[in-house]
Amino acid sequence: MFKYFEPNKIFSITSRAPKYVLFFFVVIVSIGLIEALILSPEDYKQGNSVRIMYVHVPAAWISLGIFSMITFLSIFGYVFKIKNFFLIAKSFAPSGFVFNIIALVTGSIWGKPTWGTWWAWDARITSMLILALFYAMYLIAWRICEKKDQIYKITLLITIIGFVNVPITKYSVDWWNTLHQPASINLLTKSSIHTSMLFPLIIMTAAFALFSLLIFLMKYNTELIKIKNKGLDRI
Amino acid sequence: MINNLILMDGYGIYVWSAFVFTFFSFTSLYFITKKQYLRENKKFIAKFGNLNSERAAIAKNQNINKEILSNISNI
Repeated sequence: MFKYFEPNKIFSITSRAPKYVLFFFVVIVSIGLIEALILSPEDYKQGNSVRIMYVHVPAAWISLGIFSMITFLSIFGYVFKIKNFFLIAKSFAPSGFVFNIIALVTGSIWGKPTWGTWWAWDARITSMLILALFYAMYLIAWRICEKKDQIYKITLLITIIGFVNVPITKYSVDWWNTLHQPASINLLTKSSIHTSMLFPLIIMTAAFALFSLLIFLMKYNTELIKIKNKGLDRI
Repeated sequence: MINNLILMDGYGIYVWSAFVFTFFSFTSLYFITKKQYLRENKKFIAKFGNLNSERAAIAKNQNINKEILSNISNI
């Protein structure tokens, strides 16, 4: 099964896909923006400031999702000795980091009209900041470490330690008294968010996921060409 | 209606700055990634061009090299 993850096989797909993904991203994000900024209703308590949710929440979800994926790819890559999994993980990291920063900044902007402060050392915000630090460590490790065998172990270690923070971030609002409200969307029980707000949130999440896929494809192609450049030197 | 959309009952500054920051980050990340991709592609073409005919024949036999060459400036 793992032969399908060989770079030669993947490149023929990944090199053609970005333009289509970009097209779908532009279409879906345009629909999402109209829904989020014009068609969706105000919140009865927070008024129009609730619209920040449509960029803040998808960014937070995707940054947590990408970090989890990077961790599992690193573990599988190490266990099954598939270096390409590390390459896929590395290519996902920049978009995960940017989504993490977006979640922090838009959360801070949302905090001012809602809580009266730009920043609070609340459990959810602090754990998201810690996640950003792990993303930064992961990306810096790939930049500064030159020995390939070492980099796989170092990045694996960073992701495993960082992954402990993921459930803490998710359940921080339930475990501690925080400024953040408890989750409004639950896959197992009934969500407390109205469909008129849930719909734009889902569309924006889909758009953000497409954007991370686009960046991943471009980054992954770049990494493959880098490897081929080194290969040409050896011919 | 336009005024409502811009001002949003006083929350406009917060809402618009959050959206502008998000899409500014997207645009920056997209162009940085694209620049890196094009730079590596350029290097690849230059290195491929510098190979002598025997080495170029070996390189051309590798499928991924053919794919890279056929997909230049694809994004």
